[in-house]
This record gives sequence, C-alpha cells and structure tokens, in this order.
Amino acid sequence: MSTTAKTRKYTILPVTRVEGHGKVTIHMNEEGEVEQARLHIIEFRGFERFILGRPYWEVPVIVQRLCGICPVSHHLASAKAMDRIVGGERLTPTAEKVRRLMHHGQMFQSHALHFFHLSSPDFLFGTDGTASSAFGAPVAQRNVLAVAGKYPQLAVQGVMMRRYGQEIIRATAGKKIHGTGAIPGGVNKNLSLAERDALLKEVEQMLEWSRGALAIARDFTMDHLVELLPFGSFDSNHLSLVREADGALDLYDGVLRAVDKDGRKIVVDVNCQRYLDVVSEEVRSWSYMKFPFIKELGPANGWYRVGPLARMNTCSFIPTPEAESARKEFLDLTKGRPNNVTMCYHWARMIELLHSIESIRELLTDPDLQGTDLLASGPRREEAVGVVEAPRGTLFHHYRVNRNDEVTMCNLIVSTTNNNEPMNRAVTKVAKDYFTGRTAIPEGLLNHIEVAIRAYDPCLSCATHAVGGMPLIVELCDASGDVVDRRVRN
Amino acid sequence: MTGKRVLVIGYGNPGRADDGLGPALAAGLEALRIPGLTVESDYQLSIEHAAMAAEHDFVVFADADPLAAGPFYLRQVAPAAEGRFTSHSVAPGEVLHLARYCFNASPEGYLLGMRAAVLDRFGEGLSGTARESLDAALRYLPRFIAEKQGCSLETGILL
Repeated sequence: MSTTAKTRKYTILPVTRVEGHGKVTIHMNEEGEVEQARLHIIEFRGFERFILGRPYWEVPVIVQRLCGICPVSHHLASAKAMDRIVGGERLTPTAEKVRRLMHHGQMFQSHALHFFHLSSPDFLFGTDGTASSAFGAPVAQRNVLAVAGKYPQLAVQGVMMRRYGQEIIRATAGKKIHGTGAIPGGVNKNLSLAERDALLKEVEQMLEWSRGALAIARDFTMDHLVELLPFGSFDSNHLSLVREADGALDLYDGVLRAVDKDGRKIVVDVNCQRYLDVVSEEVRSWSYMKFPFIKELGPANGWYRVGPLARMNTCSFIPTPEAESARKEFLDLTKGRPNNVTMCYHWARMIELLHSIESIRELLTDPDLQGTDLLASGPRREEAVGVVEAPRGTLFHHYRVNRNDEVTMCNLIVSTTNNNEPMNRAVTKVAKDYFTGRTAIPEGLLNHIEVAIRAYDPCLSCATHAVGGMPLIVELCDASGDVVDRRVRN
Repeated sequence: MTGKRVLVIGYGNPGRADDGLGPALAAGLEALRIPGLTVESDYQLSIEHAAMAAEHDFVVFADADPLAAGPFYLRQVAPAAEGRFTSHSVAPGEVLHLARYCFNASPEGYLLGMRAAVLDRFGEGLSGTARESLDAALRYLPRFIAEKQGCSLETGILL
C-alpha cells in the first residue's frame, strides 16, 4: 500500500463483531488530518470456480457453503435462477409461499441477532457516564454478555427470536445446515400441520417482542439525533428489489429499482434478468472486493447502498400494516425524502423485522402451505439470474448451464459487495470527523469506526470458525511505514 | 431412562474441508443412536444454542482445531463472563454464560477439539488427518457420554 511521505497509518484488524475478517487503515498526514480511510475486506475467493462443472440441481445446496450466516439467501437466490433453467419460474402457490416463509424466517433471525446481540450494546450502553457519545460504551460492555448481565430480558428475547427464525428455516428447508427445501422449479416439502401449529404458538410473542425492538431503535435514534444524523452519513443512491406490480417492499422477488439522494428514480423497475444492463463492478488495486455501480452513472456517481435503509427508500410502501405505519414514521424524519443517515440502518432493520413477523403470521394461516403441488416446469433455458433481498441487501446469482446440465459460468454479487463503497465512505467520514488532530487512538474512537461499519451488518464471507479466535489488532505506522505502536485486544 | 441430559453440538462448515469436523462428528454420533443423547449440528455456534444448552446437564462443543497436539482433546469449559470480541458466532464459554444469565441454567461444558489440517479451501471431504481425528473422537466419546449420563455403555442401565 502506498502512503505519502510523513503520513501516519492506523490499522484496525479485524473489525470486531462483524462476520469474517476485515481491516481498517486510516492514513493521516503530518498535520494530523485524516487523508483517507479504507475498509479492506479479506474475502475468501474462488467460490465461483468451485461451482463450475457441477450439475445445476446441486447448486442450491452447494452455495450454502459460501456463508454460515446467510445460507438461506444463497439457497433461494440460486434456486430462483435454477427455476428459470428448468422453465419452472412460475412456482406453484405452495412452493412460492413455503419459500417466502423460509426467507422471512431467515430475515427475522438475522435481524434479531444483529440488533439484540451485535448492535444493542452500542444502544444500551451508549453513555458511559463520562462521555457524551451515543456509542462511547466502555469496551468491557460492548458485547452480548454485558447485555445479558444488565438487560437479561432483552438477551432472552434475542435468543428466542433467533431460535424461532431458525426453526422456521428447519421446518421449510429440512435442516439448518445445507437445507434442501428449495429445488429447481419448486420445493421438496410443504409445511405440515404439526410444524405450522408449533410455529403459530409463538408467533404472537415474537410479534410483541418485535414491536419492542422497533421502539428501542426508534427511540434511541430520536433521542440522539444531533449525534447520529451526521455520524458516518452521506448522500447516496439506493437500490433494491421492489414488487413488480406496485413497487411494494418485496424481499423475495420483484424488479430492480434505484433512487438517488432526492428520491428520483434512476433505475426504473428493471427485470432482474437484465441486471448486467444496470449494474457493473469496478476493480481497485487495494481491495479484493469489487465496487459495484449503476452503469449509466459510472463508478464515480453510480455507487449505491443496499439493505434495510435502501429498501425503506426505494419501496413505494410496505404491504403489512404495522411495518407500513412504522415506515411512514421513519420517513417523517426526512420529510418524506430518502433517508441517508447511516445510523438509521438500525431503525430500518427493525421495521423489516416487524414486517417479517407480520408476514410470517399471515403465511402460517394460509392453507396453501399444506398444498401438495410442489413443482413447476417448462421450456429449458441455458442462462438465468436469481435475485433476492438478503438481510444485508440485494444478492445476485447468475449462471449458465450447458446441455449436459453442468454449470459453465457463475457470477455472484453479494450484499456486502454492493455496500463496499458506502462502507468505505462511512469509515472515511467517521475518521475525518473524529480522528483529525489526534496522535493516538482512544478506545472509544476505535469503537466509532466499528459502529459505522456495523450499521451495514456486513458479512465478510468467511465461514470457517475453527477453535481459536481472531484478536483485535491495532497498528500505528509512521511515515515510512514502520509500526511504531501495536495494540492487541482479545 | 432418567439419566443426565447430554447435548453434543458439532459446528463448522462442511463446505470448507476440515472445518466440517464438528458436523461430521454430530452425524457420526447420530448414527450411533445413543439413547437420551441430543445431537445438534450447525455452521457455527450462536446465541440460540444457549437456550438448548440450558435444557441439558452436560454440553459437548465439538469443533475443528488446527492447533490440537493430538488427534483430539476434551477439556472442560467455564462460562466466559469477561466478554471478548465476537463476530456473528460466539465461543463455547459465552454460550454457557448466556445459559446462566438468560435461563438460569448451569450445564457443565466441554470442548472437544479435533485436529484439522485443511481449513482454507472450498470443498466437502475431510483430510486424512481430520478423518483420523474424527474416528478417534467417535471411538472415545460414547464412553464419555455414557459416563455423564450415569449409565453403562454396554447395557444402557443407570449406574
């Protein structure tokens, strides 16, 4: 990495409470000003090659190996692509609803986990008694164990909500690891009455807890507006799927829509099969991860955000009543214009949590889930795209399959990659706002960087978790690149 | 049978070579159909395992360990109250800590670390080293479980 003369470099490795491994470098000049900050994603590459040559029907199971955090999203995105390969994209009502239930189960457990056990320490211990920061909690409190100690009822809710979502996945996908529920053209099982009744028993409790979580996120935001509005914030474009018929929030299927910072539609409801007409990716020498952008606007102006915040900004409405009411309240903050406040990702995420549990409740009482018509088919194709809104944002799967049923091309753009540029901008914004003029890194400021990244809930695609953890390493390098200070936290 | 309740959680990603040791152990134990044993398998250890742990008297966390000196080790794990930097996954001690604080339960925890050699590639299938570790652990663990359940391995009768 090149640095200018007399530039100081801070390295934070890895970013804590973020899935996988990442590294942040902050480059400061001799005047003590932040010149640049970068988030380096250490991504495990080679997965797309691993898929090549495999029979297409194996792919929805194989792709779950990519990530231990959101395997269901990869399962469904690839299954949607393979639906088209077998000509079965018009799913039966049972197949579509079982998949939607699976997807909402994944969304519910992922959002609950992130909120209660990754981000809530930032909220609940925001004021440490000495700092005025909304997220200046002492390091000892910035973890789920502290939450369990001081707010055991919230920790229990988080555990039970995560477990509930996992049970939905188990019931619809067959098992939690390498689920097989979605197959090309449909599903391989419906939801039994016993499974439905077990899930229905707890759904009202889950709904109640979701309302509570939303209230915490909303109130925290409103109570700390002065600090949160500028924190890691910047204007941006926003991209997501929306329902084709009416622009409603749709996490499972739809068309691509993007809006700019003022809410103007810059990608107008484009069929996902044409995603390459809309999106391109830029390679930068210092990062393994690519930088997607909207083609028509180019890399400088076409980058965009995805995920809960983006989805609140792109959709015309949310098709469940309580979440829609919450969305309207959310948009009141920015007077109906797109919300570009990075820390509002948390509030948006909790609106989606509520939407998912409302949707789960509605689906569970739908008799189509017990239907027996599970598969659709039609004319065979050789190329297809599958797109879903994963918990962290838009997820693209693109395949070509030859006449021997072997995959000959695979291209994935995962949610965290879509948010690559925004995360870098958030880190830079925080670094410039808080690090300028400093010659050392106070503990609280390290957390500021992490808070900005955690808002995006990135999954850094590293699903090996053998015994032994990665410490947090902080390195201070002088102008010549030598490490002059190094801190390790375990 | 009214013996002690034992849970084995094998975790890791079977799509990342030897990282699949934990799930492979879980599959091996399930095949043995040990009465009264609960077996769970997952990509990684997470917070919801605290609720499951709280329903048992003993919990064995089975994971791959590239630094294991022998084919495997089994050592007791204490609740980790001090906290640490975590990703989306948590450590065995944290699961026990959450079980205590959230569910008022104190199961006895053990970490089964199995020696792994290959963790940096995609693909199913264990290396020879990992296979050896798995076999050794599967030979040993039923006796340990029976001991914790308080029954004879051979007869299943409570001791």
